[in-house]
Amino acid sequence: MNIHEYQAKQIFAEYGVPTPRGLIAETVEEAVENAKELGGNIWVVKAQIHAGGRGLGGGVKLAKSLDEVKKYADEILGMTLVTHQTGPEGKLVQKVYIEEGADIKDELYLGVVLDRAKEMPVIMASTEGGMEIEKVAEETPEKIIKVAIDPTIGFQGFHGRELVFGLGITDKLEQRKFIDFASKLFKIYMDKDVELIEINPLIKTGSGDFLALDGKMGFDDSALFRHPDIEAMRDISEEDPDEREAAEYGLSYIALDGEIGCMVNGAGLAMGTMDTINYVGGTPANFLDVGGKANAETVAKGFEIILKNPNVKAIFVNIFGGIVRCDRIANGILEATKMVDVKVPVIVRLDGTNAPEAAEILKNANIDNVINATDLLDGAKKAVAAAKGEL
Amino acid sequence: MSILVNKDTKVIVQGFTGGEGTFHSEQCMEYGTNIVGGVTPNKGGQEHLGKPVFNTVKEAVDATGATVSMVFVPPAFVADAVMEAADAGIELAVVITEGAPVKDMMYAKMYATKKGMKTIGPNCPGIITADECKIGIMPGNIFKKGKVGLISKSGTLTYEGANQVCNEGFGISTAVGIGGDPIIGLSYKQLLQMFQDDPETEAIVMIGEIGGDLEIQAAKFIKENITKPVVAFIAGQTAPKGKRMGHAGAIVSGSAGTAKEKMEALEAAGVKVVVSPAEIGKAVKEVLS
Ligand SMILES: Nc1ncnc2c1ncn2[C@@H]1O[C@H](COP(=O)(O)OP(=O)(O)O)[C@@H](O)[C@H]1O
Ligand SMILES: [Mg+2]
Repeated sequence: MNIHEYQAKQIFAEYGVPTPRGLIAETVEEAVENAKELGGNIWVVKAQIHAGGRGLGGGVKLAKSLDEVKKYADEILGMTLVTHQTGPEGKLVQKVYIEEGADIKDELYLGVVLDRAKEMPVIMASTEGGMEIEKVAEETPEKIIKVAIDPTIGFQGFHGRELVFGLGITDKLEQRKFIDFASKLFKIYMDKDVELIEINPLIKTGSGDFLALDGKMGFDDSALFRHPDIEAMRDISEEDPDEREAAEYGLSYIALDGEIGCMVNGAGLAMGTMDTINYVGGTPANFLDVGGKANAETVAKGFEIILKNPNVKAIFVNIFGGIVRCDRIANGILEATKMVDVKVPVIVRLDGTNAPEAAEILKNANIDNVINATDLLDGAKKAVAAAKGEL
Repeated sequence: MSILVNKDTKVIVQGFTGGEGTFHSEQCMEYGTNIVGGVTPNKGGQEHLGKPVFNTVKEAVDATGATVSMVFVPPAFVADAVMEAADAGIELAVVITEGAPVKDMMYAKMYATKKGMKTIGPNCPGIITADECKIGIMPGNIFKKGKVGLISKSGTLTYEGANQVCNEGFGISTAVGIGGDPIIGLSYKQLLQMFQDDPETEAIVMIGEIGGDLEIQAAKFIKENITKPVVAFIAGQTAPKGKRMGHAGAIVSGSAGTAKEKMEALEAAGVKVVVSPAEIGKAVKEVLS
């Protein structure tokens, strides 16, 4: 689960990670009120969406008067912001964060993620702040300092020294401030079951202080049960409605831009099915894992969600029946076709326990648009042909 | 021969009396697995499925001599269960549970390693040595005894692969589902070495997916250490970047962990890489003839 910048900054503040002062607004009036309350004469109006690159997309504006705050808040609220992370469809901005303008001397980068190879968290830091860190990683990887931290010992002084010397911070007071900053960020990472925490940019001000100017956080979904405070930060409007609806029924769904709807049991086989459709010249319209319990209800729900996508020209149901026997799944599929009006061809491949019985059931049902396939390759080929109207 | 488990392996079940634990323990026993008891706190002294229940893993190990534990406890208690097993001297914990917090597994694996306990999973179908011992939730009937070892992150692709191998007339020595979480126990490298050392295994199928770099590590390892033929499939060639494809670990972050880079690395290591899982059986036939 991801949260907004302003929410991340609330967590930063709780842990004493310095950030500029700011207030959240949902209307232009609130935005102006916020600016007045913050005081000063320079503010930043920042679109709150779950995606980075807002600055380049026009979602971060520097305002030098209350009139400008009003103007920018009016522009940004309600706009569909397109950044390199939102996809071409962009994201609707429903909230703006009004923040005091900071005096930027240097822009750095600081993040904490899991290093999957080392199986421990790694702090990443760079002097190339403000840039897309993936670009830095690709073009000048030597400019990213990585310090892995064994969680059984936690953040130690030497980790901090590796960071400041790596970044070329020579002033002793600044070194102390930066190490303190990084150790607090690491504590947040561990305490809150964070998956990714990223500050880009982390700035050094004219007076030698470090401030988190941005804040991006994602959390381990499996650990949310023990973080009700984080769960409360969930912004449902940021989630894909179809993915969310599917999840409510225990299905895992992701929309893609092809033509063949897929319904599969198991995430690996679901990806393998998409790959096979692609291999035989078709395009998958979605990823859909119906999980271990492929029964009439889940299959019907799956059909419903797949068919919301108008590009779908055929559906490939690919189930490897294990403990749940294929004959029962076949009956479930037949029932589901009665529950949902499926107008496109449905290619069904059932393999595993009791597969011959399942094929018999499908054959005897004699439903026009339900087509039996013998194996994965056969099913994929038939689905591609059906989508082209050649079956 | 086989790897890790066989008909003599003594198995206990943590979370023995729960719904999932009961159902799958019964299935495993039917398959022939030597389940000698189970652990459910506060149910010690009872009998379940005709086997004794213990309050702690230590008591279970002392009383039964079990060396392997099959773990079915709810996600929030997985780390605790794994560490308890390690502390009690269990040699291998097979963790079926899906949805354990990543941080928990990080600590649990570190402790398990320190205690010399191997772990399989979490979020996996388990391990099966055909016709001898099934520890997990896979349909036992599709695994015919044979000479192909199988390692897979995905449950259903394990079945798909095994089924094809068997349909081509070969059969499986041992199949291991290693799970698709960001932190898992035994990985390709260790299992490849075990299959290399197992005289019964003549070829190895490895099934991977997007996310992380275990398959890349495996490719390097194969190049230097594995002489038996290896067939590989990597799921998620058509998966979009930045999206989690069902498994917690199946995500391409930035440009890292793509199917393409994994397939190229494996090919460069002399592995026969197939583009669709539908070709696994055929490829095994090819490398074995
Ligand atoms: N409080 C602030 N004061 C001054 N400049 C800011 C402030 N917040 C953001 N900026 C500027 O705007 C840029 C983009 O803002 P940021 O929060 O990083 O959004 P994003 O990463 O989505 O583009 C920053 O790199 C910085 O130069
Ligand atoms: Mg930024």
